[in-house]
Amino acid sequence: MYGWKGKILHINLTHEKFSIEHPSLHTYEKYIGGKGLAGYYLKNHISKKWNSPDMPLIFFTGPLCDTMTPASGRMTVMSRSPLTGTVGDTSVGGKLGINIKKAGFDGIILSGRCNKYSGIEINESEICFKNSESLKGLTVSETLSKLDKIGSTAIIGPAAENGVMFASIMIDGHFAAGRNGLGLVMASKNLKYLKVSGSGKTEIYNPEELQKAREEIFRLASASPALTGELGISNYGTGALYDLMDSRRMMPTENFSKTFFNNAINMNAWHYKQKYGYKKTGCAGCTIQCKKLGRNKEVIPEFETMSHFSALLGNNCIETIAEANRVCNEFGMDTISAAVTLACYQEIEKVKFTPEKILKLLNDIVYGSGIGAELKMGSYKFAESRNCPELSMSVKRQEIPGYDPRGAYGIALAYATSTRGACHLRAYPISHEILRKPVVTDRFSFSGKARIIKISEDIFAAVDSLTTCKFLFFAASLEEYAKAFHGVTGIKTTAQDLMKCGERIYYNERIMNSMNGFTSKDDELPKRFFEEPGSSGNSITVNPIDRNEFLEARSNYYKVRGLTQNGMPTETKIKELDLL
Amino acid sequence: MKQLIDKYVNKLVAQGVCETGQPLMGCLDAELVWNKTSEDIEILEEVVAGLNINSILLSKPASPYSKIINYLTDNIDEEAIYPQDCETRTFLHDIPVISEFNSEKIIPALKKRKAAIIPNKGIITYGTVSPEQTFITYSSVCFACFVKFFADYYKDAESGKINKIQNEIFNTAHTIYSNYINSFKLDTPIYKGKFNNQEDVIKAMIQGGKLVVDCRLVDSFFGNISYLLDNIIYISQTTSSLDELAGCIDPCPVDNSRNTALTASSELSAHKDILLRGTDMAILHGHPKFSVIMSMICDREKNCSTLGNCHNMCPHVRYIDDIPIVSGEVGTGKFGLCNTLPPAIIGKRGAIVYGHGLFTTGRKDFTDAFENLLLIEKMCLDKYISDIKKFKLAKK
Repeated sequence: MYGWKGKILHINLTHEKFSIEHPSLHTYEKYIGGKGLAGYYLKNHISKKWNSPDMPLIFFTGPLCDTMTPASGRMTVMSRSPLTGTVGDTSVGGKLGINIKKAGFDGIILSGRCNKYSGIEINESEICFKNSESLKGLTVSETLSKLDKIGSTAIIGPAAENGVMFASIMIDGHFAAGRNGLGLVMASKNLKYLKVSGSGKTEIYNPEELQKAREEIFRLASASPALTGELGISNYGTGALYDLMDSRRMMPTENFSKTFFNNAINMNAWHYKQKYGYKKTGCAGCTIQCKKLGRNKEVIPEFETMSHFSALLGNNCIETIAEANRVCNEFGMDTISAAVTLACYQEIEKVKFTPEKILKLLNDIVYGSGIGAELKMGSYKFAESRNCPELSMSVKRQEIPGYDPRGAYGIALAYATSTRGACHLRAYPISHEILRKPVVTDRFSFSGKARIIKISEDIFAAVDSLTTCKFLFFAASLEEYAKAFHGVTGIKTTAQDLMKCGERIYYNERIMNSMNGFTSKDDELPKRFFEEPGSSGNSITVNPIDRNEFLEARSNYYKVRGLTQNGMPTETKIKELDLL
Repeated sequence: MKQLIDKYVNKLVAQGVCETGQPLMGCLDAELVWNKTSEDIEILEEVVAGLNINSILLSKPASPYSKIINYLTDNIDEEAIYPQDCETRTFLHDIPVISEFNSEKIIPALKKRKAAIIPNKGIITYGTVSPEQTFITYSSVCFACFVKFFADYYKDAESGKINKIQNEIFNTAHTIYSNYINSFKLDTPIYKGKFNNQEDVIKAMIQGGKLVVDCRLVDSFFGNISYLLDNIIYISQTTSSLDELAGCIDPCPVDNSRNTALTASSELSAHKDILLRGTDMAILHGHPKFSVIMSMICDREKNCSTLGNCHNMCPHVRYIDDIPIVSGEVGTGKFGLCNTLPPAIIGKRGAIVYGHGLFTTGRKDFTDAFENLLLIEKMCLDKYISDIKKFKLAKK
């Protein structure tokens, strides 16, 4: 077998036993890897509670991982989300994916619960359980300092240990598997860390063909201003998006009550660069290197963190944002959910935030002290407890990222239909609505968006299954990656074939959510977006979203996706996609 | 959706790549909508059902593209055409040729590539995000085939291998092109600079961009335009249509203190270098066909160490008259034209990037930049024709 290793490692934490499964080539072809294969293995367990010992926590790489395919070193972590109750997954960078491949596996499935607080260390085919009682309460970097430096790690921090519903898993110290609260699933398994190392190689079917595909992808990346332009994310990180959101009047401000932040001009990526200096870093095998470290090795916040810890909270202090980012990474919690929950609290309780207050509240969330005991449950639970759930800016109880949906209707539809709750990455409409790739679409119109969102969800489901970086798709397309896929695996495929796999993978997630009672009533946006305008100005008018147009677009989406008008899967489509 | 279909059908005609009434375009959200009735719809609906797309276009190209494409498809050994211009290398890769008009043949081809040619039926393309993609790809295929035909013809003429059909196409095509470009007249005078405020800059850029398209000095929407005022470079956005620049111009501070240029043209770095290092204030960039064709003709080809990689590795600066020709890929990167173009163009009225296009500069406004774009293209056309005549005379 080329590309894949042909082996899945199952570890039973309760009995400290493991087994190796050899899936058929047909299964690999059908689900590719990463998100696709993880979903395949999750489906039979999805109706269990997130904290049931039998609920698996799944780490999957893809066939292109550990090859010279550009930006293909990512992986997927998946389980049922404590925060949303939906399928919970996150694509994450770092080197863990590559190390899992080097250790000889395509994926690791953890089930059961450790009898005592533990870590797991996998070196090649050797698997050890380590007593980790002494690591309880340690931050991510403190835990890392206790482990040897070989290989790659997935670690939870005190936030997960203390029951924060949006706790993350940190890969290699600062790559966050941030969304959906998967850190809490890991904590429920009494597992502090997973450490993997190996030295194997991934077999390549046709290195020359792969080299050609690689050149084509690099050529396109070089032609992309958003990626490699002098102001692109290669040079400024994802923070490069900050000025665009400001200029397009779609920066979520004061718990999404406004869409323009007066002080944004002084808090953009350029100011971070002046203040901290930028050193490029990123995932293994990536030339874009979008992650930025400061001159003193500070992790520079990503766009979402920059935006939400400034505009959303009315905070004008860059140092506070950098520190909030550090706290969230160190203690292991999602920056988006943390900031939106604070904004929700700020609006409901009419609290004035100072920089010190923001940082204290983050600490309170981590340790469940004071109001933190309520805020750690996420914005929806908190707003619900105050009888105003509509002030939680969330979809399916997951907090909304840094793009106001009134400023881009594809994003509005994508937030609503996302299978894991509010998510900008499932369909990534920012690409065409804001970044003009592959071409621009009218951001203030739902015309055509149902199919565009559906197609994009399929594409990115395939991308997350190949475990490739979405950013490369600002420039390249599945056309070039299909060539790389053939070069790696020897399996003939096309962009459209990969999209078909993506469609199957995404539909599988709709099926899983339907099994847990999710319907069209959950594919919703907070009513604020239909009732209140954004902040118009600079010749841009930001109206409330027309409710009827939204419902028509959602109805069209269901038709295009092959769902009932209640958002439920159909037997016909299930058969068509071979998902029985 | 219907509005978008009409818009891009009209643009195909306005750009001269399709005859009125020829394009058949379908667009799909929840329902499939067509711009007209046609007996071809049944098969195209099968194609749409077999692909995950939102728009489709089938049309015979207008003359001379139709004859050129028929000639190219009649003379291939493989099932695809392999033009060597920049757009093909970067975006199309190759252009498959399908033997029959049926969905079983079309679907596999479009699964692999953005467009395909069906002899005697036309070019078929699709979009996954917008019908604009069909327009762009269609236009790019026409451009790529035009350039390939004339580049091949030049080499065949040089070696005395021209056949009758080639000659007929050559005569028709260059006559149509020459007539259009030589008869082009400005409807209104070009705005005069130096401009002192943002409003005037944007107005002038909108006019300049439209002129380039009206004069057919650029294919599809590619090309770009910029102006320097008060340490801010105003530049067209990436994938913007040069004839629709209103709202599509990014102000980019030269100190990079704002990232709004994230959506600026991929050639921002090259523009910036040219404007900051030289004395000019305006830049125009188009893809005039004969400038591109002549850039791909090189007498160094024999015994050249970078043969096959002329587009990115050729270290030489060649000239057509006073106009330098340099290698360079789109955008940044090791082989990016941002490295080769600025040193070549500064102090010149323009420069050509191999297989890609022509950049011209304007001292205070777009008057001289546009005039030079047109003059250099005419010069390249004249040089091409005169070389062909020489080759033919030499063989007699």
